[in-house]
Amino acid sequence: MNLNATLVAQIVVFFVLAWFTMKFVWPPLEKALDERAKKIADGLAAADKAKTDLTLAEKRVGEELKKARESAADVRGGAEKQATSIVEEARAEAARIVAAARAAAEVEAAAVVQRAKEDLRGQVAELAVAGAERILRREIDAKAHADLLSNLKQELS
Amino acid sequence: MATENEAQGPNASDYIKHHLVHFNSSGHKQEKLVDFHIINYDTVFYSASVGLIAVLLMAIAARKATSGVPGRFQSMVEMLFEMVADQAKSLIHSRESRKFVAPLGLTVFMWILFMNAMDFLPVDLLPRIWSDLVGPVFGIDPHHAYQRVVPTADLNGTLGMSIGVLLVTLYYNVKIKGLGGFAHELIAAPFGDKWFLAPFNFALTMIEFLAKTVSHGMRLFGNMFAGELIFMLIALLGAAWTGPNAGSIALWLAGVVAGSAWAIFHIMVILLQAFIFMMLTLVYVGQAHEGH
Repeated sequence: MNLNATLVAQIVVFFVLAWFTMKFVWPPLEKALDERAKKIADGLAAADKAKTDLTLAEKRVGEELKKARESAADVRGGAEKQATSIVEEARAEAARIVAAARAAAEVEAAAVVQRAKEDLRGQVAELAVAGAERILRREIDAKAHADLLSNLKQELS
Repeated sequence: MATENEAQGPNASDYIKHHLVHFNSSGHKQEKLVDFHIINYDTVFYSASVGLIAVLLMAIAARKATSGVPGRFQSMVEMLFEMVADQAKSLIHSRESRKFVAPLGLTVFMWILFMNAMDFLPVDLLPRIWSDLVGPVFGIDPHHAYQRVVPTADLNGTLGMSIGVLLVTLYYNVKIKGLGGFAHELIAAPFGDKWFLAPFNFALTMIEFLAKTVSHGMRLFGNMFAGELIFMLIALLGAAWTGPNAGSIALWLAGVVAGSAWAIFHIMVILLQAFIFMMLTLVYVGQAHEGH
């Protein structure tokens, strides 16, 4: 354990190495570590934000879904109402048509019956006159008995 | 932890003595306690070399450092970085000072760790390469070819670093408190700001600086010197080989066991000493920032 000029050399080496580290080792390492710390912090912040966003989005989705469901129910309600009213109208229309048709048919049928009755009456009168003519050819004078025959015809109607 | 034979001679005392002489500019053992005409080539060479390796390794990691996913090597350097940065942050409150002192702490830790780790090379490996292979090329007599490979087992190496730390603390004392403020503190603390206490204050502050610096360097030196010495003693167990007889084999086995045990224990010692030196560096510089 003797002291000599090595001491001085060692002091010089000491400062040279310290300077080298200060210049070329420390700053890049510090920069890399700080950058990484920032990156991680940013990543965590982004993750947090994403989580909040997701919650918000889920809430909004829920609301939209509810709204859509409500409007769908509205539409369905409206459609049902409309359908009912259409069916009602159609039914009324159909009833009206049926009634009209029935009335027309009845009128026509009545007319036909009337006509037939009149025809029949005419024919019966003629047949009766003809029959009576045949039976009473000689005894009955058509002209003399015209009032009688006309009365008979009236009674039969 | 070498168990190689020592051709230098069977004398254990000579073997140890030979191993404790530096390869210096005088070519023989330094006689005077302090002699600034002599320089230890081996200490300067090994400390500068491993220091360079240490900072270059870190520089490689720093160069490739990205803010993305780090590799294993980068992670390791980053862990060291974080360790030193955390300690520096808790001990030195000036952000400006940390720009120099924190890298200084990292340098000191890595450098001392690497210098201490030279202890793990077999004690005879590099000295023998020097005395038998490289030394003769430079015309150095193998019997006087000395080589000590652990720079921290040289008091010059450790005191050099602790004096470096002292200079840094003096610089920050002046920088933070101003020349007048620092001078005032030298004569006003720790006993109190009275004119008649000034000499005592000054004397005690000087003793404080001296004690800090010497104990800082001596602590590391003592640990590493003792560690190196024990490796040499263990190596002697193997050097006692006299042939394939029971005694030699038993000693050789004892050497292997003791060498392994000491080496494993020494891993802790070198880490601990490097860490302590770094921590004290940060503590002393931190103290320079605070008034008494």
